[in-house]
Parts: sequence; C-alpha cells; structure tokens
Amino acid sequence: MAADTEMTLIRRAQAGDADAFGTLVERHMRRAYFAALSLVGTREDALDLSQEAFARAYRARKSIDPERPFYAWLYQILRRLCFNFVRDRRSHAQKLSDARTWLADEATGRAAPGPAQALEQAEARRVVAAAIEQLPPREREVLALKEFEGLTYREIAGLVGIPIGTVMSRLYAARQRLAQVLEECR
Amino acid sequence: MTRNEPFDRDRAHALMMAAVDGEISPPDRRELDQLILEQPDLAVEWQRFVRLKEVTAGMSLRTPPEETWDRYWASTYRRTERAVGWILLSAGAVVLAAYWLWHVVEGLLADTDTPVALRAAIVAVGLGLVILAVGVIREKLFTARRDPYQKEIIR
Repeated sequence: MAADTEMTLIRRAQAGDADAFGTLVERHMRRAYFAALSLVGTREDALDLSQEAFARAYRARKSIDPERPFYAWLYQILRRLCFNFVRDRRSHAQKLSDARTWLADEATGRAAPGPAQALEQAEARRVVAAAIEQLPPREREVLALKEFEGLTYREIAGLVGIPIGTVMSRLYAARQRLAQVLEECR
Repeated sequence: MTRNEPFDRDRAHALMMAAVDGEISPPDRRELDQLILEQPDLAVEWQRFVRLKEVTAGMSLRTPPEETWDRYWASTYRRTERAVGWILLSAGAVVLAAYWLWHVVEGLLADTDTPVALRAAIVAVGLGLVILAVGVIREKLFTARRDPYQKEIIR
C-alpha cells in the first residue's frame, strides 16, 4: 500500500475502496491539520475542520482529478471550511478561549544569546502570535504557508490559486501589520 | 536614483519580501541594497522586517499528542458514515412530514364543516411558504452568480 502512487490510490478510492482513501488521509492528515491550526488557532477546531475536509473530499471523491496532486484539491475544501469558521466565529464575537495555544512553547529558531534576550524573544513571539490572530484570514493564510509550512512563493500561489505578485503583496500587508505591533511593544 | 527621485514602492516592497524569505536573485538583491541606501524610510522598514523575521523564524505550530494520528482516519470515516445517516434521516423526515401535512390539509379542505376562515388561513400559509421558498431560491441563485468570494466561501 505504501508504494502505491497517489494516482492509483485516488482511482481505487473512486472505485469505492475506503482503505485506499484511508491511505491518502494518513499521508496528508498532518499537513491538513497544521494548515487548519494556523488558520483557526485551536487544536480541537483544527482537528474537527481537517477531518471534515477529508470527509467532504471522500463524499466528493468522484470529482477528484487523479492526474493532479490530491492535497491541492483537498486544501481548497479545507481553506473554505476554515474561512467560514473564522467568519462565523468573528460574527458571533466569540473569543479564542485558548489563544496562543496553537504555537509551540519552545522556539525552534536560533537560540537567544542570554536569559534577558531569551525573555525578550519570548515576549516578542507572544506579541506577534497575538497579532497573527488578528490578521485578515487571507493574509494569515499566506503568512502561515510561508512561515510555518516553508513553502515557496510559487508553491503558495499554486495552492491558494492566486498570482505570485498577490502572494507577495499579501505577505507584505501581513508583515507590515505585525512589524507595527512589534515596534509598539519595544 | 537619488534620495529625491521617485521610486516604485510596490517593487521595493516585493523586493523586501523576497529578500526576507531568501527568494531574491542577486541582481534584485543589489537593486534592493541600492534602494535601502538611498531611501531612509525604506531602510527603517527593512530593519523592521528583518527583526520580525527573526521572531517568526523562532515560532512553530504546536504538535498534538501522537495518539491523535492513530484515531484520525477512523474518526474521519465515522464522520462520513454519520453524514450519510443524517442525509437519509433528514430526507425521510421531510417526505414523511410533507405527506402527513398534506393529508391533514386535504382532510380539512374536503370537510364541508371547516370554517371559511380556517380554509383561508390554510391557503394563506401554503401560499406564504411557496413565496418564501421562491424568494430564498432566487436570492441564493443571485448571490451565487455575483459573489466575488464564491470560490472562497461556501454558503
């Protein structure tokens, strides 16, 4: 099963093989979960939305194009679900009960040279994380794909379905907001 | 280009993003360095982006417990089964309710003892439902055709 190509798995799933679809889910579940987490910010919601995206994909499996990457197709469903979720959450004025829990506690980047700098960096990360939660969804999406998934501009453009220039302008807009917040907290 | 000459700000922004993300070509990098040298406000902005990148580079998404992945597919599959169940249940309930309602209304209308006011009320409710349904369907179709975000938002 592991050696099966994605195209084969999609064709088998379309023929009614649930196990083949299960293999596709297992291949992409982590990426889908983290994409949702970066957009909605809570573990339970990210899990729920990413599973719902797979469930919808399963129901619509006949319309998958086996020649194209499965994740790109799934991502379209996932991002719509996440945007709708964020829109509804905002319209109901709900607040994140466990804000900032979407970020790991420990930095994976460069270690700060001393305790004071480490504290300063931790505070900066906290402030930036809070600011990311306030970004418009489409800016947050592009920023997350760049910063947390490490995709190139070309990959982001392909996944989201926008020109590279739009990727860069959304990134610029997002970073400008974040830089402003970071500047104010110094 | 000197300090007082106008420059393409959008181009400068794009160059700064590409440089911060390590996706800039050597000629573009030289162009950006020149711009930063000549435009003090751009230099300030550039430093802010560099500082921000240092912060975001140290951020990563929280990993869920490993058992999350063990249950992931089984949970997703149960969700698809439940969805089929709900669709069948809802469709069946709608048909049954409509059938029952039709019989009740038909009986009331056929009964010569039913007051005229009640008959009129039944007809009014029926007509109201039809008008509402047509209005909602028409609005949905209208929105679907004109919504600029229809590709991004499922309604």
